[in-house]
Amino acid sequence: MAFFHIVVCGGLVPDPLQTLEPVSGPAGWSLKNESLLPSILDPWAANALYEADALAKANPGSKVWLASAAPKVKLQQVLMALAQKAPFELLPVDAPAGGFTDAVECALALAGAVQSIEGLDRSRLLLFGGWESASRGAGATLSVLGEKLGLTEQFQGVDKLTVDGDGSLEILERVEGGKHQVSVLSSPPAVLGWATGGRAEPPNNPQIGMANMRALMPSLQKARAAKLPGDGLTLKSVSLPRQKRNTQVVKDMPVEQIAVEIVEWIKKKP
Amino acid sequence: MDADIVCVGFGPATGGFLTTLSRGLAKSDGSPAFENRISPGSPLQVVCYERSDDLGYGVSGVVSRARSLKASFPNGEFSQLPFYSPVTEEKVLYLLDPGKASRRPSLMRAADAILKRLPGAVTDGAFALPYVPPYLHKKDGMVFSLGQFNQWVGSQLMASGLVQLWPGTPVARALFEDGKVVGIRLADQGVDKEGRPAAGFLPGMDIRAGLTVVGDGPVGPIGRQLDMHFGMPPGHAAYEWALGMKVVVDLPADTSLKAGTVLHTMGYPEPEIFGFLYVYPGNVATGGIFVPSWFDNPARTSYRYLQHWMQHPALWKHLKGASLRSWGAKSLQESGLRGEPYLVGNGFARIGEGSGSTNVLTNSGVDEAWETGAQLAEGVLELLREKKTFTKTDLEQTYVRRRRQSWVYREGQMAEKARDGFQKGFVQGVAGMLISGLTGGFLGWPGRPLAPYERIPSLADFYRGRLTEEEIDEIRKNCQLTGQSLHDALMDRVGWPPVELDGHLLVSHQDALLVGGKVQATPGFADHVVVLKPQLCKVCDRRLCVDMCSGQALGVAEDGEIRFDREKCVHCGACLWNCAKLIDALTGRSNLDFGAGAGGLHSAEN
Repeated sequence: MAFFHIVVCGGLVPDPLQTLEPVSGPAGWSLKNESLLPSILDPWAANALYEADALAKANPGSKVWLASAAPKVKLQQVLMALAQKAPFELLPVDAPAGGFTDAVECALALAGAVQSIEGLDRSRLLLFGGWESASRGAGATLSVLGEKLGLTEQFQGVDKLTVDGDGSLEILERVEGGKHQVSVLSSPPAVLGWATGGRAEPPNNPQIGMANMRALMPSLQKARAAKLPGDGLTLKSVSLPRQKRNTQVVKDMPVEQIAVEIVEWIKKKP
Repeated sequence: MDADIVCVGFGPATGGFLTTLSRGLAKSDGSPAFENRISPGSPLQVVCYERSDDLGYGVSGVVSRARSLKASFPNGEFSQLPFYSPVTEEKVLYLLDPGKASRRPSLMRAADAILKRLPGAVTDGAFALPYVPPYLHKKDGMVFSLGQFNQWVGSQLMASGLVQLWPGTPVARALFEDGKVVGIRLADQGVDKEGRPAAGFLPGMDIRAGLTVVGDGPVGPIGRQLDMHFGMPPGHAAYEWALGMKVVVDLPADTSLKAGTVLHTMGYPEPEIFGFLYVYPGNVATGGIFVPSWFDNPARTSYRYLQHWMQHPALWKHLKGASLRSWGAKSLQESGLRGEPYLVGNGFARIGEGSGSTNVLTNSGVDEAWETGAQLAEGVLELLREKKTFTKTDLEQTYVRRRRQSWVYREGQMAEKARDGFQKGFVQGVAGMLISGLTGGFLGWPGRPLAPYERIPSLADFYRGRLTEEEIDEIRKNCQLTGQSLHDALMDRVGWPPVELDGHLLVSHQDALLVGGKVQATPGFADHVVVLKPQLCKVCDRRLCVDMCSGQALGVAEDGEIRFDREKCVHCGACLWNCAKLIDALTGRSNLDFGAGAGGLHSAEN
């Protein structure tokens, strides 16, 4: 079985459960108290990481890197939640990550990080990431990054990757109309923007965590800095969805009854 | 897996321990000061496992003199926290009853009547005490968000690269060998709610360590396991508890409250319930109540009382128009020094609230917890330098000696009798605290603390003179039929006004959980609240565990058994001390077990 060099590009996003307040300042848009808002690995990218982990385990000799552009302190925090789940090496770029960065600038910074990997076998490279982002939904960074690295075989909305006996890759990709397209790629390199994938979040494995951390923290200390100033990017306004809630938590209610209640609720709306 | 030191739980105590320890783990040239005992040549391996999904999900309404915190951070580095302010103004408000539902003893009613007649004494239904007793005063202190503080401390520690912090990793049990604690076992993952292996099963791994530091709080499973295993020191027991429930709110834009304002309240909604309101910068405030175990209401609750407390005129004038940012709840171990367990043994040490460090006279716990952690770290560094192991004797001569010589112990002694008067009543309790505070703990109001299960009266006794037994039976039957909570129905019947939800601050209990607490249940873990003998619950006529459940995670099923819904649990542990059924008189074990579980609150602002 052939090995793969898998680079997962994963941005950090503010934990959507927290109170997020966009504020505009001299340096542009940011989130209020952003430095102390918990962050998470973008859920789409997390799917990609778990797929990469499974692929690497199934193909001995493979290796996984996680490339991420985010403030060092945020990366450090996310590593605490992530580093027990899968073995990987970190390619950190110390940069803003509040959801207001420009996709092209971010892709350029990540391209530099990927190109700096020593011993990377480009002929076996699979560039993984999320096909969307939970922060602003631009979903363009991975495509741009692939172009910058000269990777023209790109697949977006990937739900499944199968390595066939001859080393070719069969890719199940979402297309319009709720359908999938099956593509067969004879060999890497390629870019795969993952949708949900098919892997559950791995459990926390303390052995993986302890081994990971020995290398991750020194890597983090050496993170290269990138400003991502957003030249040419203008965000005219930023807002969060308005909500007023009156939730009831019920269990085991038939879907028909839920539907009836929702219809009644909609009818009551002015 | 092996480590040198393994910590259970990350709160202020463990923060104090790891901060102090990490400063001694590297030499001035950055090289390791101590070696790993398994792999000589590599640095000391220090790991900490925290059950919640992030380090910033702790709960406290913190106003603190912060003596120990300031000693650890002499340059006031924590002032960079968004929700931080030095204390600028402090008042104690005695809240009169704006309605007629509050149960007030005749002495209080007489006091209320006199105060109302005194010109200018009562404003917005509250009497501001002319001075704040010195023991309560937080002079030169500060208010801050514990969640933000824990997160900030965790960041500093991780950046040092000297310790590893692992949130989302509950610890199931301590490992014993020959009477010695030799490490911990993590909780199984990939299991169903009963703990049976399911998809992705990963059995809990053993982490063996020379020293196990237990800082898992007042209801932490490892601390309680040690209490069961070793027993408590003679005369010690954790009988007194309280449930603290709080909100963090955005105040109206035109609020007159200034950052650093501290209000302590007492007298309402029930005499036994105390409250607080602290103001952060940026028009944000935190407020909440404490419902103690000596509030002998067999259908006591917290959320409904919190809503009535917020609507008291003295508070509502500030909170009207506010909106909910965050919500949370936790149990407080209020026995203080009397609840102190064995602090050390071979291979383990206890720090923080679970070790009896909270001061019930000064109403202070975070700074005390931090200090105990710092004391242990100093002791551990001393032992490491002397190349000693972590035996009971060595830990007594280093950590316990430091603790006994410190202000935490001295002031804990002063507080020991402070709340005994509350065993007799509210007025006696307040008088007892005052006497204790003014005499340095020499005197107090006599009263013998009872375990919660020993003092829960029947509903008929509690509502005698207000509701007949027939009325109570009828209400109970109606609640069983309709699913309405018993405490709500009883409060409605005795005159508490309905709470008109505004969708912003006054929201349903479930919305407080979802919008404020952001409660989540990590998949793959077993139920951490377990009824040991379901038959006992069927015949229990109190079911206080259900009424006091902060997340409405406990309910009564049709068959009369107690059902637990992990997805709503905030891990406050109130069920543990609100169970009326004792199953082991020797250990005081009740019919509900509260174990290690992931998930719960996900708000980083509490």
